[in-house]
Amino acid sequence: MKHLISIGDLDRASAIELLDTSSRMVATQERQMRKLPTLVGTTVVNLFMEDSTRTRISFEAAAKRLSADVINFSAKGSSISKGESLKDTALTLRAMGADAVVVRAPSSGAAHKLAHSGWIDVPIINAGDGTHQHPTQALLDTFTLRRHLGGEQKQGECSGSVDGSGLDGLHVVVVGDIMHSRVARSNVQLMTLLGAHVTLVAPPSLVPVGADVWPCDVLYDLDEAIALQPDAVMMLRVQRERMLGGGYFPSAAEYTRRLQLTTERAHRLPEHAIVMHPGPMNRGFEIAGGVADGRRSVIVEQVAAGVSVRMAVLFHLLASNAREES
Amino acid sequence: MTPTAAGSTADTTPDALLIRGARPYGEEAADVLVQDGLIAAVGHDLEAPDGAEVIDAEGCVLLPGLVDLHTHLREPGGEEAETVETGTRAAARGGFTAVHAMANTTPVADTAGVVEQVLQRGEDAAWCAVVPIGAVTVGLGGERLAELDAMARSRARVRVFSDDGKCVSDPVLMRRALEYVKTFDGVIAQHAQDPRLTEGAQMHEGRVSAELGLTGWPSVAEESIIARDVLLAEHVGSRLHVCHLSTAGSVEIIRWAKQRGVDVTAEVTPHHLLLTDDEARGYDAVYKVNPPLRTRADVEAVRAGLADGTIDIVATDHAPHPHDAKDREWDTAAFGMTGLETALGIVQHTMVDTGALTWRDVARVLSETPARIARDTDQGRPLEAGEVANLLVWDPRPSAEVDPEAHASRGRNSPVAGRSLPGANRLTLLGGRPTVRDTQLVAR
Repeated sequence: MKHLISIGDLDRASAIELLDTSSRMVATQERQMRKLPTLVGTTVVNLFMEDSTRTRISFEAAAKRLSADVINFSAKGSSISKGESLKDTALTLRAMGADAVVVRAPSSGAAHKLAHSGWIDVPIINAGDGTHQHPTQALLDTFTLRRHLGGEQKQGECSGSVDGSGLDGLHVVVVGDIMHSRVARSNVQLMTLLGAHVTLVAPPSLVPVGADVWPCDVLYDLDEAIALQPDAVMMLRVQRERMLGGGYFPSAAEYTRRLQLTTERAHRLPEHAIVMHPGPMNRGFEIAGGVADGRRSVIVEQVAAGVSVRMAVLFHLLASNAREES
Repeated sequence: MTPTAAGSTADTTPDALLIRGARPYGEEAADVLVQDGLIAAVGHDLEAPDGAEVIDAEGCVLLPGLVDLHTHLREPGGEEAETVETGTRAAARGGFTAVHAMANTTPVADTAGVVEQVLQRGEDAAWCAVVPIGAVTVGLGGERLAELDAMARSRARVRVFSDDGKCVSDPVLMRRALEYVKTFDGVIAQHAQDPRLTEGAQMHEGRVSAELGLTGWPSVAEESIIARDVLLAEHVGSRLHVCHLSTAGSVEIIRWAKQRGVDVTAEVTPHHLLLTDDEARGYDAVYKVNPPLRTRADVEAVRAGLADGTIDIVATDHAPHPHDAKDREWDTAAFGMTGLETALGIVQHTMVDTGALTWRDVARVLSETPARIARDTDQGRPLEAGEVANLLVWDPRPSAEVDPEAHASRGRNSPVAGRSLPGANRLTLLGGRPTVRDTQLVAR
């Protein structure tokens, strides 16, 4: 694996290997000296052509804990905001000697273009491209799911090792704006690759035409999905800024009535079920504040897992590739 | 004399040309004598007059020179992408003796002055006839009619009007345009695309767009406009031409309209006969085009529609772009692909070699009918004595890999780069004068 552009770049074995490496990274983060010398002398560029705080910070923390040098290159106040193209930016980064580029971009396919257009020849990590893919988010979601519900355990205890296992037999419900969600696309692929069953819930106007061939079920009714007693519910942010053309649903109130994970709905979930959200949340819109802060919520844990998972991805793309070449 | 792709060899036009053994319309072989710009005789064992050049064309197909009803020459205003000179060189290499230049230039071809300028540039270049298409609305703005009558009565004699690139989406304006062009037997060539249904659209809406996260361009956005327009054309008794039809549903609507007797014609592009939306998977914007590449079922439907006559013609929608307009993220890249130099190869590959069309049909869909729709004189004429010698001698036997770097067009955005296509342009005659010999351009 040279790049991580899409979950499609992974097979089951390599996905599990990444999750297992992430577990080891978690262990290193529990030591007093958290910094590993693995990527000393390596420069990782965070190229963020779209606003993002948590993903950029997460990648930055991951790279620094592996002792890489990090250069942040963001849209605001940079040559990108002056109209520089992705291509010219890539040529610049190549000239500066970047060893890997983490890219977040508003255009679907931007990470693929960076990896395959001959502009720059270093590992590319997709940190979210338009409405296409967000593979490290799916890895951290999956990591969190596996930690709570993987292997033989189903009681929410994170005791025994889940290394080597997938998500076989789990049922995950993903709720919200599927059409505009790169998180949903990556998660459907990764969770099913690892043996989970996924049910998407959205108003029909937010389900993309053509999703009928995705390896998951689609429901329009959250209560119906909860009645299926899923092991986990992931609420997606409703991306109001992406409502191009508008009118995907009549009002925030109607959306909330039909699709908010309320305290009452959360009560109807099985005892062991967990609640997830990739953030940033619209509290009181797609998720009730009480549920976000409640006992089922693993939302903060997802953030922590993000650093470990991104350390694992950087490790596999930079440290292990270097080892193979030498 | 060193022939080069983009350059050309010098040539003195012989007094007479005897083309020996070519098969008119791919049928029984005959000899064709060309003299003084005209077809002087068609027959067997013709004598070569003194000083005549004899061309052995055994095994080749003789067709009337091809006529493209949908070409973007980009001049004026887009000379970085193409000029009348380079675009008509590309046309000649593709076997065309006439192209119809779309109006979406800068300035827009919406006045007699601009269309006469384009006509003049074509006459100066002299690689093929350049017939300007006039804009339907001022500045392609979709708000008020351009001076259609002035363009029709100009030296350019415009008969085809189109806002191509944009749809005349206002139903009242479309109705008025259809009515108005009846004065001079004109036709409205509609780019059928509902603007609201295609806001931000990047590719065909379906399984591939859902996976790639690219905003969809639904088939219904084309079909709903075509359905409306055939009903309008019927209501006001005027002529409608549908540009670059791309969906199975559109073929059904045209078929229905023709059964009702609506005076409608339709075109399909070579790329819609060959390629599908699967090409978008690599995010290579060379495959970004409007209307977008559709599904395999749509490709099958437009091939069937062309074969049974529902679709009247093939037109290239040749749309050259500078490299930088394509070498970028998909959603910021330009729409369009080149087509002039590969059109007949694709038609042979998809339609003739599969048995769906005969060469007689090819003459109809790539020469005779487009000329008739545009009311061109001296183009798409029968292969008979007395006709102007606009001819193509096409050798269907060789095949070659498409190399855009070798194209005469300034555009390198060919969607069939690297693919093998059949056929070679053995000789193209424009008014009896060779413009192409053995695939190479021949300067005057």
